[in-house]
Amino acid sequence: MADRIPDSILRFDGVSRDFSAQAGLFGRKRTMRAVDGVTLDIPRGKVTGVVGESGCGKSTLARLALHLLKPSAGHVYFEGHDLAGLKPAALRRQRRHMQMVFQDPYSSIDPRFTIRDAVMEPFQVHGIRHTPAEGREKAARLLEMAGLDPQLAERHPHQLSGGQKQRVGIARALALEPDLIVLDEPTASLDVSIQAQIVALLADLRSRLGLTYLFISHDLGLVRYFCDRIVVMYLGAAVEILPSTDAPHRHPYTRTLMESAFLPDPERRRTVTRLSGEIPSAFERPPGCAFAARCPVASGRCYAEKPVLPATDPHPVACHHPLD
Amino acid sequence: MSLLAVTDLSVAIGMVPLLDRISFSLDRGEVLGLVGESGSGKSLTAMTLMGLLPLIGGRITAGRASFDDFDLTILPEARYRALRGRRIALISQNPMTSLDPILTVGAQIDQASRLHAGLSAAAARARSLDLMHQLRIPEAAAIHGQYPHQLSGGMKQRIVIAMALAGDPDLIIADEPTTALDVTIQAQIIQILSDLVAERGVALLLITHDMGVVAQACHRVSVLYAGRCAETGTVHDIFARPRHPYTKALIGCIPREGQAPGTLVGIPGMVPTAFTYPKGCRYHPRCTVAAAECRTEVPAGSILDRSGGGGIVFCHHPLEAAHG
Ligand SMILES: Nc1ncnc2c1ncn2[C@@H]1O[C@H](COP(=O)(O)OP(=O)(O)OP(=O)(O)O)[C@@H](O)[C@H]1O
Ligand SMILES: Nc1ncnc2c1ncn2[C@@H]1O[C@H](COP(=O)(O)OP(=O)(O)O)[C@@H](O)[C@H]1O
Ligand code: SF4
Ligand code: SF4
Ligand SMILES: [Mg+2]
Ligand SMILES: [Mg+2]
Repeated sequence: MADRIPDSILRFDGVSRDFSAQAGLFGRKRTMRAVDGVTLDIPRGKVTGVVGESGCGKSTLARLALHLLKPSAGHVYFEGHDLAGLKPAALRRQRRHMQMVFQDPYSSIDPRFTIRDAVMEPFQVHGIRHTPAEGREKAARLLEMAGLDPQLAERHPHQLSGGQKQRVGIARALALEPDLIVLDEPTASLDVSIQAQIVALLADLRSRLGLTYLFISHDLGLVRYFCDRIVVMYLGAAVEILPSTDAPHRHPYTRTLMESAFLPDPERRRTVTRLSGEIPSAFERPPGCAFAARCPVASGRCYAEKPVLPATDPHPVACHHPLD
Repeated sequence: MSLLAVTDLSVAIGMVPLLDRISFSLDRGEVLGLVGESGSGKSLTAMTLMGLLPLIGGRITAGRASFDDFDLTILPEARYRALRGRRIALISQNPMTSLDPILTVGAQIDQASRLHAGLSAAAARARSLDLMHQLRIPEAAAIHGQYPHQLSGGMKQRIVIAMALAGDPDLIIADEPTTALDVTIQAQIIQILSDLVAERGVALLLITHDMGVVAQACHRVSVLYAGRCAETGTVHDIFARPRHPYTKALIGCIPREGQAPGTLVGIPGMVPTAFTYPKGCRYHPRCTVAAAECRTEVPAGSILDRSGGGGIVFCHHPLEAAHG
């Protein structure tokens, strides 16, 4: 714990998470490592972005952050408390301060609920009671904070658009006045015009309420626009932490990822180079660097020795041959 | 005349008019991007051109659509069947809608080759393997014998493209072909499609809501809004000199490199549905320069003469040519 960022609200300390899965109906049980030894500080008041391709462990990391999943190894500290060491009542108290917004605004709201019920649910979960008048007032205020017309309180989720539902998800996350909000691809199912509205709302809430965000996305342009720092994940591991959005890309995978993203500018088209090899399976992790089979600068050492992310570096890269 | 020419095409499903006087044209060796937010009518346009409207209870109510010498508005199903796959191929967003889960992917490409090119079993297999090599599918012979569920999303989409190519089509309609894929795989697939256009002279109608993909791959762009055309032009004009307020707003929703925080605002409001289409210009409730006539009069198309690129805009008050 020596090299903590001084004001870190959340800290992952060597966190791994395994899942076991059966290969086919009668196949043998195999274990796969979805998150692999992540050590990471989430600085207070900042937006930390997490990027990486499908299946690299972003959502698993999000659920570990809120202790919705237990780590198989390592510890998650929220405000200095090891979440695994807390008794249920104490854990519930800490959980008030951390909330989550999910990708799919459809599945995260019970279809039988009114919008008011949905927004007020966190109070119920935490046994906080309101008189009906207080409840109406509180719900109206939360909806307004999320940029929704309080009149919508009586409606049901199916009567709302995707963007409105995502705003309801945000209103609900704000209910208990959290310090940290984990956003797992909050705009992935929305049109760009609505995505931009939601991101503007999130930015406004953050500066008004002093929130900390862990913002997961596969949209690199969006992450670059919205985040202060960017964590790049590959096959369960954090391979580079960009301390700012204009920091150079030093990990070969980060560079590949960033160069694959098309820019909205026909004068600056990408030259697409052929990526050889597929992402290895998390069941059969190669012994050395997980990116070696696709890496243009891999050496013999890369196949034998696993690179680690240096804990104290201001711009950490898990690579034997980082780019300049 | 163009290979594909669509003029003032209107489509209804049941009693509901959904497409209203859509026009565009596409030639061999050309990529036309069809863009717009969800619900703007992109997929419906694809269904119409594939002759699949009867499947969803739809019909063409006005206008013309021709492919080569065929009048698509009156083509009997039996003759459409001879075009589909062989001359016009569809690649859809979800590869599983085009793949049979109980057949090996190789058998499915073979089948497409035999159906469309009348090859023997051995010749079809050789052709499939050749197509798979062209699409840079590693270990094609091994993958040929695998089932769809054994392959990644990007690999399945490449198989669907191989099937589309098996008939040696003149026109490929690709409806959001990379929306479900990771950026590194998206980059590869878009490159493969661009190469097909450049090397084989295929005409590609590329349907997408991703302005990065448009900028990377398209020659010309047609912007749809709420079932109507907003603007058509070369990709350079559309990005550098948009004339329709919606085109400009849509491009403004994508964060650019180095975009200052807080400057991405989106488009207020949302896309109307067929039941809530406003009178006049359908964009007027969201348009920042709407005037009185916009609320009552449907804007007609004005032909543009933009540095030789041409194009058309449907707006009462097009932006200045120098704008943007
Ligand atoms: N409950 C579970 N049981 C078994 N395997 C799981 C479970 N949850 C996640 N996994 C596996 O862990 C890996 C990481 O999954 P995760 O959902 O964290 O990825 P992700 O980065 O969020 O991907 P995406 O971008 O597709 O959302 C995947 O291989 C996934 O299949
Ligand atoms: N099968 C259908 N029945 C009724 N309405 C439909 C059907 N398919 C599409 N629509 C409507 O047609 C419009 C255009 O839809 P679509 O072509 O799917 O849009 P896009 O592909 O641009 O997202 C939308 O208003 C949609 O609700
Ligand atoms: S450790 Fe080696 S293989 Fe891995 S990213 Fe660095 S150079 Fe490439
Ligand atoms: S016609 Fe009027 S409302 Fe429609 S885009 Fe043009 S200016 Fe805006
Ligand atoms: Mg996820
Ligand atoms: Mg569609």
